[in-house]
Amino acid sequence: MTDILVEQIKNHPKYQELTAKRTRFAWALSIIMLFVYYTFIMSIAFFPEFLGTPMNEGSVISIGIPIGIVIILFSFFLTGLYVYKANGIYDVLLKEIKHDLKVEEN
Amino acid sequence: MPKFLRVLTLVSMTFLPLFASANIEGEMEHQALNIPAIIMFLIFVGGTLMITYWAAKRTKTASDFYTAGGGITGFQNGMAIAGDYMSAASFLGISGLVYMAGYDGLIYSIGFLVGWPIILFLISERLRNLGKYTFADVASFRLKQEPIRILAAFGAIATVILYLIAQMVGSGKLIELLFGLPYEYAVILVGILMILYVTFGGMLATTWVQIIKAFLLLSGATFMAIAVLYNFDFSFEKMFQSAVDIHDKGIDIMSPGGLVSDPVSAISLGIALMFGTAGLPHILMRFFTVSDAKEARKSVFFATGFIGYFYILTFIIGFGAIVLVFKNPEYLDLVKQAISGGSPLIGGKNMAAIHLSHAVGGDYFLGFISAVAFATILAVVSGLTLAGASAISHDLYANVIEKGVCDEAKEMKVSKIATIILGVIAIGLGIAFEKQNIAFVVGLAFAIAASANFPVLFLSMFWAKLTTRGAVLGGSLGLATAIVLVILGPIVWVDILGYANAIFPYKYPALFSVTVAFVSIWLISITDNSERAKKDRDAFEAQDIRSQTGIGAEGVSGH
Repeated sequence: MTDILVEQIKNHPKYQELTAKRTRFAWALSIIMLFVYYTFIMSIAFFPEFLGTPMNEGSVISIGIPIGIVIILFSFFLTGLYVYKANGIYDVLLKEIKHDLKVEEN
Repeated sequence: MPKFLRVLTLVSMTFLPLFASANIEGEMEHQALNIPAIIMFLIFVGGTLMITYWAAKRTKTASDFYTAGGGITGFQNGMAIAGDYMSAASFLGISGLVYMAGYDGLIYSIGFLVGWPIILFLISERLRNLGKYTFADVASFRLKQEPIRILAAFGAIATVILYLIAQMVGSGKLIELLFGLPYEYAVILVGILMILYVTFGGMLATTWVQIIKAFLLLSGATFMAIAVLYNFDFSFEKMFQSAVDIHDKGIDIMSPGGLVSDPVSAISLGIALMFGTAGLPHILMRFFTVSDAKEARKSVFFATGFIGYFYILTFIIGFGAIVLVFKNPEYLDLVKQAISGGSPLIGGKNMAAIHLSHAVGGDYFLGFISAVAFATILAVVSGLTLAGASAISHDLYANVIEKGVCDEAKEMKVSKIATIILGVIAIGLGIAFEKQNIAFVVGLAFAIAASANFPVLFLSMFWAKLTTRGAVLGGSLGLATAIVLVILGPIVWVDILGYANAIFPYKYPALFSVTVAFVSIWLISITDNSERAKKDRDAFEAQDIRSQTGIGAEGVSGH
C-alpha cells in the first residue's frame, strides 16, 4: 500500500465513519460478553448456592442449568448479530470507500 | 502420484500385521477386539486417505500447503474450527466431568465457548487482513521480523508439542481400550497417518479430515443425546430427577461443586480459557484459509454455533451416563469399586460417553463412537502438526534463516521435513509419557498461548506504541512466568514432584502471567527510544488501515 493511498483512505469520511462505528460496536459486544461471563464466574466463586436454587418448588432442576444454556445461546446470538452488521452494513461502507478510491476488490 | 501410492502400500503393509498381532494381544488382555469399530475406523481411514490423494494433486504452492489456497468457505472453516476445538479430550473429558460432578461440566464448557465471540469481535478480521500463513505474520507485520518470529515460533511450537503430548497419550490409551490394540502401536499408527495427511495433503486435506470428523462427531453426539432423552419421554425434569436419585452426590450435582472454589482461580481459569483460545496456533491458522474478512467472520459464527450445540449435547450425554451407566455393573470397574467405592468406570472417568454409546445403541453404535473418537484424535493432531510445521518452515526457516528470500519449493520441502520430524517427536513423546501424569500439559499449553502468543498478537494489532523490544522482552517474560508458575503450582510441584505444599498456590497461572506479559510489554515499549521503536510506531497507521479494510491483503489465489 502506498503512502498516498494511506493518506487518501485515512482522510476519507466514510473510512472514519466505518472504523468509529465498527470499533465501538465490537468493543461494546466484547464488554457485554465479558460482563456476562464474569458475572457468572463470580457468582460461582462468591455465591455458589445461588446457581443451585431449584427453578421452582419441587423441581430438581437448578436455575444454574437454564442460565448456563442461555449463556451459550447468548454467545451464539452475539456472534450472529456482529456478523450481520459487519458483513451487511459495515461492508457496504467499505465497498463505497474502495469504489471512491478505485481500489480493486480482491 | 506414484510416490504417494508407494508410501500408501508401505503403510498398509505395516498396518496389517499390526491388526493381526492386536488380535492375539487383545484376547490375552481379555480386551475383546472390537470388530465393528475397526471396520468403521478403516472406512474412515480409507476415505480420508482418498481425500489426501485428491488434495495432494491440488497442493502445489506454499499457499495451497499452508492455507488450502485461501479457498475454504466460511461455513466449511467454521466446521473445521469447531472440529479443532471438539477434540477427543473435550468430548470425553467434559462428558466425563459431567458424569463425575454434574454442573461443573457446564462451567467448563462455558469457559471454552465464550472466548469465541471475543475472537470474532476483536481478532478474526484483522488477523485475516494482515496475515498470510501464520499468526507470526501478523505479530511481525510492522515490527522487526527476526526476533518477533523467533518468539512467536517458539510459543507456537511449545503450544503444539504440549498439545500433541496430551493428544498422543490420550489416543494411545483410548485405542488400547477400544480397539484392543497395544498402546505403542496405537501411538505409531496415529503418528504415521497424521504425517501422511499433512505432508501430502497439506491444509486442504487437514481441513477436510477435520470437517468430516466434525460432522460424524456431531451426528453421533446428537443421536446419543436424543436416545438419552427418549428414555425419559423427552422430559428434562425426569432425566435430572433420575440422575439425582442415582448419583452418590445426589442433589449436589445440580449446582457448582469444587471446580472453581476461590475468586482468583475462577478469574484465572476464565482468562486462560478465553485468551488461550485466542493464542492457539492451529486455530489462528484457520483464519488464513478463507478468502477475506467476510468469510473469516462467518467462520466464527458457524464455529460458535457448532461448539455451543456440541457442549449442550455433552451435558445431556453426561447426565444420560449417570442414569444409564452409573449403576450398571457391565460398565463399572468392580475391582476398583470394591476397594474405593463410588462408580469407577472401566477405562477411567473419561469413558462415560463411550459406555453410554453402548448402553443406548449396542455394539455397532459403540463401534461407531469409538471410530469417531479415533478420527477426532487423528484430525486434531494433524491440524496441530501442520501449525507446528508452518512455524518451523515459514517463520524460522524462510523468514529468519533465509531472511525472507527463499524460493517456495524449498520452503515447502522444509515444511514437509518439519512435519515428519514433529510426527516422530510426537510418537516418541507419546510413548515416553505413557505412564506419566500429564494433567498439566493442556493447562500449560493454554497458559503459554494466553501469556506469550496472545498479548504480542493482540497489542501488535491494537496498540500503536508497541515496539519490537517491548513485544520480545514482555512476551518472553509472560512465557517464562507461565512456565515457572505451572511448575511451582499444585499440579506439578505437589502431584508430580511430590512436595507437600505448592510454592504458587493456584492451579491456573494465567491471571498472573498474562498480567506480567501485558504490563512488561507496556512498560518496555513506552520507555523504548531506539531508532527501531520509532519505525515500529510510524508503521502502525498503514497496518491499521489494512487491518480494517483488507486493502492490500492476500486474496484468493485463482482457483
